[in-house]
Amino acid sequence: MSEGYHIVVCAGIVPDPLQTLQPVQTPTGWGLKNEMMLPAVLDPWAAHALYEAAHLAKKTPGSKVYLVSLAPKAKLQQVMMTVAQKAAFELVPVDGPASGFTEAFEVASALYEAIMGIAGLDRNKLLLFGGWESASRGAGSTLQILGEMLQIHDQFQGVDECTVNPDGSLQILERVEGGNHQVSVCKGPPVVLGWATGNLPEPPNNPQIGMSNMRTIMPALQKAKTAKIGADGVFFGSVELPKQLRQTRVVKDAQVDEIAREILEWIRK
Amino acid sequence: METILVVLNVDENGNLSKHALETVSAGVKLSKGLSSPFTVGIVGPKPELAAELIGGCGATHFLGVSAEAFQIPRYVTDSVLIENLANKSQATLILAPGSSRWNRVLPGVAHRLGGRADLHVGELKVAEGKLSITKWYYRQRMEAVLQRAHRPWCLGLDSGADAPWQGERGQVSVEILDIPINPAEIRTQVQGAKSPSTSEQTIRPDAELLFVAGAGWTKKQADGQAHPDRAAELILRFLQLSGASLGGSKSLVDLSSEGQSVLPFMTHLNQVGQTGATPRHPKGLATCCHGEEPHVVGWRFINERRAVNLDPNCGWAHGKADVLYVADAFQVMERLNALLEQEKQSK
Repeated sequence: MSEGYHIVVCAGIVPDPLQTLQPVQTPTGWGLKNEMMLPAVLDPWAAHALYEAAHLAKKTPGSKVYLVSLAPKAKLQQVMMTVAQKAAFELVPVDGPASGFTEAFEVASALYEAIMGIAGLDRNKLLLFGGWESASRGAGSTLQILGEMLQIHDQFQGVDECTVNPDGSLQILERVEGGNHQVSVCKGPPVVLGWATGNLPEPPNNPQIGMSNMRTIMPALQKAKTAKIGADGVFFGSVELPKQLRQTRVVKDAQVDEIAREILEWIRK
Repeated sequence: METILVVLNVDENGNLSKHALETVSAGVKLSKGLSSPFTVGIVGPKPELAAELIGGCGATHFLGVSAEAFQIPRYVTDSVLIENLANKSQATLILAPGSSRWNRVLPGVAHRLGGRADLHVGELKVAEGKLSITKWYYRQRMEAVLQRAHRPWCLGLDSGADAPWQGERGQVSVEILDIPINPAEIRTQVQGAKSPSTSEQTIRPDAELLFVAGAGWTKKQADGQAHPDRAAELILRFLQLSGASLGGSKSLVDLSSEGQSVLPFMTHLNQVGQTGATPRHPKGLATCCHGEEPHVVGWRFINERRAVNLDPNCGWAHGKADVLYVADAFQVMERLNALLEQEKQSK
């Protein structure tokens, strides 16, 4: 594929996984306590999608990566300070809530509007990337709905690998049951790939890429359109933290033999 | 009144999987609770045979799809399949096992039908004639009960959401649907399944025990040296003897992908936690793993938890495990393997 791809990566932001989260009711519905104060990161599976996109774009001359993100723009700007150093991309921000309690359909609609607004985007070169689930809503739905809106009917979820064959077709490995992969070959773009962890490690920070990205990120954030996102038609009866406080028995100074016997007894119980 | 559709596929042996039978149970429960009729749609080379297996489930109608194009899990064909089954049955609630196959298409199909979808549904509850579902948010860190106004509502049920359906077989009449599809629209060819590039299958979803290895297995031991080969040997032997399924922490899996010589059989597919799997096993044993929150969220559906770690203040000690053994995992696993060997020989 000499002409390259237009790789659109959809990625939201989520609270840093080490933070304690507590659900609270807000005037606009359910949310997280002190949500705007929590440090945020790029959604982990979507971040893998970004690394895979950057890797593929690097190998395929003429390719371009767009990062489409729906999040409060002040938080998004903070996250971009780190993410911008990982890979070269053009940010397409949408100012809106990053809450997990919003509806995937509404998020997909906002992302659709943003993607349709990308100048020069060629559907015949389009690879729509994202995480196969977010670490907030965990719906595993947004990309599929967005794919339908874009009339893309070659969709793959739980993707760990995508390789370009010499004839331009794409070989895709998707996670299926029992720790296996389903291997598919698609004729080429447009496709939707919901990435799992892929095979690439997180790229090291590259300040040069960061500076180059930030030149376009800041103006893009200033011009970001606001999207009103909610959860129309969804009625939450309750949102609770699991009541699973275990009374941990800490076994110190026990003989190895004693521990092994106790574990075996427990396994066989 | 709701109209329920249960979508099932037969496995390679022509049977219905445990997960499929759980979905049948959910359909039966909903049908009774909502006083609504339910239809079962089955895709397989011989849907009549699978329908016989659940002939006594009380479904009012059985639909079958046997055309070859629909036998392979693939978005373009599966979406058309469910769309047709839904239109034929006029379903307002569409239930399917939350397998890789149906989770791939349910949200897209819901959009096509003007409805909504929820995947990873944990439980279905009916109260006052209304359906509520339970679903986890923020990677199993909080659980919500919710209802929806939109119909059709497509639901991908997690494994374990209900007990597998058990009941009488029975001869039923299956209406075979002829679903048109333009071959030009099929741009994807499925070539089959591929196992991980290791000599042994280490992920066993039906295992009683999940065995998790953390990055500590690859660190320097008391003698000042790292012993990854010995670690690999001990872990693999334990998996062989116990039949456990193998999980890994992100840090260990990342070491493998960065090309370091660690545990050759550990891949991203084994990863448990925030960016990994959330497997369901009755018991879990963590070794050389610190029990940090991003990893432990993947243990949400592990009922009994024990850990072996040298650090008495690791995350497991703070209410995340039932028992923490402060010990050297190399020594414990060596002894445990010896006991399992003895047990095996005495049988």
